[in-house]
Amino acid sequence: MLALLAAASQPENLSILSPASPSAESIKGLLILVCAITGGILVLVEGILIYALVRSRRRAGRDDAEPPQVYGSKPIEIAWTVAPGIVVFVLVLLVGRVLWEVRPDADKPPPGAKPLYVTVVGHQWWWEYRYDSYDGRELGITTANELHIPVSEPGKPPRPVYLNLQSADVCHSFWVPRLGGKTDLLPGRANTMWLQADQTGLFLGQCAEYCGTQHANMLLRVVVESPEEFERYLAEEAKPAIDPTEKTALADKNTFRSLSCVNCHTIRDKQDTRVNGTFGPDLTHLMARKTIASGMVENTPENLRKWVLSPNSIKPGCLMSGFELNEREMNSVIGYLKSLK
Amino acid sequence: MATAEIEPAATATPSPPPWTATLHEWLVTVDHKKIGVLYVLMAVFFLLIGGAAALLMRIQLWAPQLTFLPPITFNQFFTLHGTTMVFFVGMPVLIGIANYAIPLMIGARDMAFPRMNAFGFWTTFFGAVLVYFSFLVPGGPPAIGWFAYAPLTENSFARGPGVDCWALGLIVSGIGTTTGAMNFIATILCMRCPGMTLRKVPFFVWVMFWTSLQIVVVMPPLTAALTMLEFDRQLGAHFFDTQAGGSAYLWQHLFWFFGHPEVYILVLPAFGMISEVVPVFSRKVLFGYEFMAAATAAIVVISLGVWAHHMFSVGMSRTLDLFFVAATMLVSIPTGIKLFNWLATVYGGKLVLKSPMLFALGFLSMFVIGGLTGVILACAPIDFQVTDTYFVVGHFHWVLIGGTLFGVFSAIHYWYPKVTGRMLSERLARWQFWLFIIGFIVTFAPMHIAGILGMPRRIYTYGSDRPWEIWNQIATIGALIQAPSYLIFAYNLVVSLWKGDVAGDDPWDAWTLEWATTSPPPPYNFAVIPTVKSRRPLWDLKHPDDPDWKYE
Amino acid sequence: MTESSSAPTAVLTESESGPPDPTLGIEARPDVHKVGMACFLASEAAFFSTLIMAYVIYLRHGSHGPTPDQVFSLPMVLGNTACLIFSSFTLHWAEKAHHSGKTNVFRVLWAATIVLGTLFLVGTGIEWRGLIRDHGLTIGVNMFGSTYYTLVGFHAFHVTLGVIALAAVLWLSVRGELRGKSPMPVTLVGWYWHFVDVVWVIVFLVVYVVGR
Ligand code: HEA
Ligand code: HEA
Ligand code: HEC
Ligand code: CUA
Ligand SMILES: [Cu+2]
Repeated sequence: MLALLAAASQPENLSILSPASPSAESIKGLLILVCAITGGILVLVEGILIYALVRSRRRAGRDDAEPPQVYGSKPIEIAWTVAPGIVVFVLVLLVGRVLWEVRPDADKPPPGAKPLYVTVVGHQWWWEYRYDSYDGRELGITTANELHIPVSEPGKPPRPVYLNLQSADVCHSFWVPRLGGKTDLLPGRANTMWLQADQTGLFLGQCAEYCGTQHANMLLRVVVESPEEFERYLAEEAKPAIDPTEKTALADKNTFRSLSCVNCHTIRDKQDTRVNGTFGPDLTHLMARKTIASGMVENTPENLRKWVLSPNSIKPGCLMSGFELNEREMNSVIGYLKSLK
Repeated sequence: MATAEIEPAATATPSPPPWTATLHEWLVTVDHKKIGVLYVLMAVFFLLIGGAAALLMRIQLWAPQLTFLPPITFNQFFTLHGTTMVFFVGMPVLIGIANYAIPLMIGARDMAFPRMNAFGFWTTFFGAVLVYFSFLVPGGPPAIGWFAYAPLTENSFARGPGVDCWALGLIVSGIGTTTGAMNFIATILCMRCPGMTLRKVPFFVWVMFWTSLQIVVVMPPLTAALTMLEFDRQLGAHFFDTQAGGSAYLWQHLFWFFGHPEVYILVLPAFGMISEVVPVFSRKVLFGYEFMAAATAAIVVISLGVWAHHMFSVGMSRTLDLFFVAATMLVSIPTGIKLFNWLATVYGGKLVLKSPMLFALGFLSMFVIGGLTGVILACAPIDFQVTDTYFVVGHFHWVLIGGTLFGVFSAIHYWYPKVTGRMLSERLARWQFWLFIIGFIVTFAPMHIAGILGMPRRIYTYGSDRPWEIWNQIATIGALIQAPSYLIFAYNLVVSLWKGDVAGDDPWDAWTLEWATTSPPPPYNFAVIPTVKSRRPLWDLKHPDDPDWKYE
Repeated sequence: MTESSSAPTAVLTESESGPPDPTLGIEARPDVHKVGMACFLASEAAFFSTLIMAYVIYLRHGSHGPTPDQVFSLPMVLGNTACLIFSSFTLHWAEKAHHSGKTNVFRVLWAATIVLGTLFLVGTGIEWRGLIRDHGLTIGVNMFGSTYYTLVGFHAFHVTLGVIALAAVLWLSVRGELRGKSPMPVTLVGWYWHFVDVVWVIVFLVVYVVGR
């Protein structure tokens, strides 16, 4: 039993039957109820079918005469029109209730709540996160591929998260099964979505609307932290990138800035804003992330090296091109990336 | 029997026509029977092609991180698989069978517009050729999914001409389908034999009438949407170009306004076929014809207003969501009426377990499962979780195969003797049936579980940390069990042409007019146009003491 | 199941030899061509509804580039519309004339319909030239251009087909191949033409009146 519970809370678990949020919880409840109802109907129908078959099979050999021809019956027809009608009516009511439960208004958080507002931008094939505000504080932090949110502890003020979903290119869909249903990200249209986590831990998911070659590897990672840890995370992310003072580190930085990386990536810096591309993920605090390439591989120096050399060998078809850097340049670039704590 | 005796003598005198002459005859034919056969052959051919693509996808998904198919190829394959199965298997096979059977069933000599009929087949066929032509263009076939969500189909994301082949192919074949539907409407309204009022048509005919109305209403909007897409790609318009004010959202509405009714277009004719087979093999009249007829109309009408249940996750308002929930669920009521009436037809009958009935029973037992998973999906909050997962893939294969394909196999086994004059081998048919139904369940049941465990659809691979491997392996094994059943079917179709038992005119002791003429029927179908008094004219003939028209 | 021969056929055909049972109540079947044309027009209606809907949805979408109120000159369009509406009348009168056997009146009125349709097409051509030359409105310039040219263009394409069909009927009439009071080609092409007219009235209201 305990082992089962432990297995259920592993990050590898993506089951919608192990909810970790109020909305996933109420959907699970609805699912079980609806399965019970439809399961009952199924047993009934298959039961009648089997019974009818057995009966008519037994008659089959008896004689040559045709069985009595029954053309229909109005009362019976009415009965099996009305009965499903009632079932449908009940189902619609149930659905209505849960629908309002899992899609609350984003602009009206419950009283006393400490809401977090995040803008999520889907890109082919990675996620951009912009922390807009938390508990009334403006934030303005941009990061990628790993979403950190605070947990809502029982008995304390809820910390709902409202995602403002947008897309930079094609349709995507944000889905972390244990935290609730999915909502699409459409270009030219902003959607909102409510997340609220009851447990800390890592929650996985992935893009759920086909969005091109690497749709399969547009993975989602949501880290649910205690409010204190989350505050620390925000504070770290709000800082600009570390400015190297040491000579080699400065050289590494300059190597990086001399490459075309700056066209696509942003690194928030104290003085200047030359590294401000927006086509690829923000790298300001790259090292704070456990994975690269939207969750595909671990964020290790070897993987970074492999990635910069040839992103396609890790993520075929991805939109970052490879760089044939010489050994020295490569060491510099990786050295610099490693400094982006 | 008589034909078998004179055969040797007949072959001795006139030499058989050269095969080129036969080929020519089939290419230029305007006979509804030959056209019907062409449609079915096309569908069987594409069923094997589309199935082969599915098989390759299943192999790729056998284990995490396989590199059996490159990502793009996988994405192209599910696009082609879906497109092929819906447009070049499902529609042609249903239209083809109807093309063959309907004029015979209503006692007519041909369809209303024979040349338009031939036009319809050839446009459908060339549409398919055009889609497959994309293999030869730079960039290869499109990788957009069968519902081709914008803006993935726009020039900025799909540069090669693959998408153009796809869109033009569907426009062309869509025009063919629409003319086919018009032809059915005109045929059914105007060509019925004397005495056959609209309330006395065989049930299959009634269903095809409503399906055709459905096609006429929903196919042109798809054509319009595809045209807009092509204007975007070729002329620089911006309908779905989100960077210039176009709307990804509108495409979804336009596509599903067609796409949802389309799935009923794919299943209603199968309902009709089942409604012919079940009575004959239960030896009972169809229970509740009038209610069945009304339910058909209700399904067609309601299903025009449910399309957005494919879009629950797109972020519509809650009210709109709930409206579509309610509309979607309403469809289960008329569908339930049908199911219960079939059960009532079997009940108290005398079962004849020949191959058509086997497949019909497969339909009755399987379709309901797919329908009920549909109802689960129709609960919007549940759909937020399971939409675009393998749960949906499980649902729609369960209805498309458990519904449409079982119905089609039933119909082909039922009418093959009429078409060819020969019986299909019962032994092969049984092998096919059992491999098919077992393989089908083993393939698609685990998909529901994978979906609940969080597996999205249209992913070419998955990480080894995901708990989906075992379910994928079961599904792949299931596909491998299914595969031989399709091959057996194709083999049976061919071999029975000369090895099958001679069928006679009425091998099933059935009741509708097509069994009153010879097998195969002469080009003109009926030497004398029959006159009927009831829905089961041959029953009246065989039971003059207890004819149907006394009760209708 | 008994091995049955072709007996039912025999019985069925034999029963045919006598006169059909009068109690059967044979319905009068509608004419196939009319049903076919009605179906065709229904599918066309579905097609145009989609285009019109797209037009309405995209009204005032995307800001840059010419807008409807900047570019349309009503007099031109009103003239065009008048041509098309009037052509429905000439067509109707032509049919009536044919019905009462006045073949020459029929031909004149029918030809007038063709002329009015052609005028409409010429008018549209002039309008489009103005839009492209003077206002820079092309299909690729903005959403308005995309939806406008698609909708109006498809309508004009249908008018073109209509004019060709009308001309074909006139040709049949001249060759004396139209027999009867209301020959089928006249009726069917008439339906089609009226349909195209009605579509124009809706397009006109949507594009030039409401959409401005
Ligand atoms: C043959 C084709 C077919 C048929 C018949 C159906 C039938 C139904 N389908 Fe399905 N559907 C598809 C083919 C079909 N579907 C396809 C191809 C897709 C996916 C497309 C894609 O995304 O690629 C899809 C997707 C799909 C979705 C969207 C899922 C998603 O993408 O998120 C939904 C959601 O509501 C749905 C619902 C239904 C319902 C409610 C029915 C109902 O009509 C079922 C009615 C039948 C019954 C309910 C059983 C019998 C009735 C009774 C025994 C009576 C008593 C029952 C009750 C009172 C409940 N279908
Ligand atoms: C009638 C419709 C129909 C039918 C019959 C099938 C049949 C099958 N389908 Fe398909 N399927 C769809 C309609 C259909 N499908 C649709 C609409 C989609 C959505 C596409 C999209 O997402 O865009 C889909 C998607 C789809 C997917 C999801 C892909 C993804 O999301 O990544 C999968 C995955 O397993 C799959 C599998 C199968 C399998 C194993 C079969 C099996 O039943 C097939 C069995 C048949 C065979 C195995 C053929 C046997 C023949 C040979 C082996 C011989 C070959 C010889 C020659 C070519 C000469 N289908
Ligand atoms: C053409 C634009 C482009 C250029 C130039 C580019 N990148 Fe990228 N980069 C991307 C994109 C797009 C991604 C996201 C890929 C994905 O996950 O699908 C990315 C991802 C990354 C990541 C992983 C980030 C994460 O959190 O997943 C790193 C690290 C990275 N790039 C480093 C570099 C370096 C170093 C250079 C220069 C040598 C560089 N990039 C040049 C576009 C670019
Ligand atoms: Cu992003 Cu799929
Ligand atoms: Cu649907």
